[in-house]
Amino acid sequence: MPSAKSASPEAERPKSESPASASPESAPENGKGDPSIVMDCNIKELYYDDVKAVRDTKVPIQKNAVTAFIGPSGCGKSTVLRCLNRMNDLIRGFRFEGYVNYRGKDIYGPTVDPVAVRRYIGIVFQQPNPFATTVYNNVAFGLRLNGFKGDKAGTVEKALKSAALWDEVKDKLNSSGLSLSGGQQQRLCIARAIATEPEVLLMDEPCSALDPVSTRQIEDLMKELKKRFTIAIVTHNLAQAKRVADKTGFWYVDTTDGARTGYLVEFGDSGQIFDNPKEKETQEYIKGDFS
Amino acid sequence: MTHEDVQADTGIPKSPNAEELDPFRGVDFSQLERSLRRPRTFMSMLLSGLITAMTLFALIPLFSVVGLLLWRGGRKLSIAAFTQLPPAPLDQNGGFGNAILGTLVIVGMAMLISVPIGVLSAIFLAQAKSGNRLASTVRFAAKVLTGFPSILAGVFAYGVVVTATGGYSALAGAVALSILMLPTILLTAEDAIRMVPSKMKEAAIGMGATDTQTVWMVLLPTAVPRILTGVMLAVARGAGETAPLLFTSLFSNYWLIWHGHVKLMQPTASLAVLIYNFAGMPFANQVELAWAAALVLVLLVLTANLIGQSLSRRQVE
Repeated sequence: MPSAKSASPEAERPKSESPASASPESAPENGKGDPSIVMDCNIKELYYDDVKAVRDTKVPIQKNAVTAFIGPSGCGKSTVLRCLNRMNDLIRGFRFEGYVNYRGKDIYGPTVDPVAVRRYIGIVFQQPNPFATTVYNNVAFGLRLNGFKGDKAGTVEKALKSAALWDEVKDKLNSSGLSLSGGQQQRLCIARAIATEPEVLLMDEPCSALDPVSTRQIEDLMKELKKRFTIAIVTHNLAQAKRVADKTGFWYVDTTDGARTGYLVEFGDSGQIFDNPKEKETQEYIKGDFS
Repeated sequence: MTHEDVQADTGIPKSPNAEELDPFRGVDFSQLERSLRRPRTFMSMLLSGLITAMTLFALIPLFSVVGLLLWRGGRKLSIAAFTQLPPAPLDQNGGFGNAILGTLVIVGMAMLISVPIGVLSAIFLAQAKSGNRLASTVRFAAKVLTGFPSILAGVFAYGVVVTATGGYSALAGAVALSILMLPTILLTAEDAIRMVPSKMKEAAIGMGATDTQTVWMVLLPTAVPRILTGVMLAVARGAGETAPLLFTSLFSNYWLIWHGHVKLMQPTASLAVLIYNFAGMPFANQVELAWAAALVLVLLVLTANLIGQSLSRRQVE
């Protein structure tokens, strides 16, 4: 991989192809220097009120790759994902020690506007949540938020095409987004999120409310979307993580001091995590779920 | 009916072998048939009958009032009733056109006052955190105000508006009615905003919407049908009020609009006060007009209610 130090991130973005298969041991510490690391998250301790929910989590999010967060329920993987675009700000009593860098800048810095953060780092939720308005207005929502002045219809069409939904809805752009099927609604939410061209797309168990066919469609979509966006996904489905993710992090729950605190056990290339996990917890979790 | 009987009916031969093979052997079917002799079945049917009867009974007042109004008021209903001014005593013509217009104007002005205040404070209540003192005080005050005697609203508006402006007026009537309409609008609008699924709010925030954008672009548009339902219910209540208007807009035998000027600061006719005045008069024509005006008022209120209901039904779909 050529040194991309001279190329500005913006100039590099449209050209970049599928992720460079970086060395398996890409150290999380060098997030600031390595331009292929879009986000670098280091959570030492994370609290909801007095409950320590997550500790010792270092996750680099690599550009134009899919990074999967796996682990048992309650291990804090969704919490970590929601830290990446400050969705946790909505929860009272949330605080954490550490930093979340986006292109070298701490998004929890005192001068940073959380609303602006979410325009660069979009999110798709577990439950499809279109607005109670037309398909078109759902996708155009982000454009209206930002006072977009250009070709709105063209941008909406492009976003729907990118979300592999255009052929199904092109004749009913004016019908309610809620009239679509669950899988279509989730792809509509993806179209809504990518219409404003965020750099990073967070997905919080995007397929857990969907049937296998819709799940497969969204997985194929992720493989397509990672050419233009950087994706981080929380999933309970290990097979899904294996199919779509380039990098995988495994979280586990520490119950030693009475509380349930999640921590990152292992992070690396998906191939290594699934075929040759280093840690005992990872081995047991992956074996248990596949047998 | 015993087990053996069931078997006999189904025609299964009673050979011991078949009995051995019967998968339902030993199962008691005697409870299968409906029987009024069983107390719980009897009670169930008795209570079903009772609630049906009570439901029909509850319809009697509504239908008898509407029936009486149609019968007594329908006779006098004509174009003249809608276009002419109230008659002088012993005059056999006349109508209540100015009262219809007055009611519409007073209620319309009351809406202009109460809807913005109600909806904007509902946004505050719906967005306030659960422990917010101001929000719980406002909510409590609104609930108390729901049962506020309407005549007190009239006395209050008399003290504040009539004495300050120096006379009875449509504006004073609107202020009195808006006090009565405000709590209904406030509480239903708060409910409406709270009923917007939180995942929609989350979606907007996740897209990078500010609080203002979330409220104006997601919460309010989604809640509008339910908010309008509340407004229509409030309008239906306000339009039928008489007592507050007696203290505030009084009555007038003339048009509200005179030579192109809308006289909002003059005493103004309204249907409710016209009915109150005319129903007690010793002249047959006036009493008949009161019946006709009552019919028109009920139809106006009914229309407002139906609009409100159809809006809320559309929301459910």
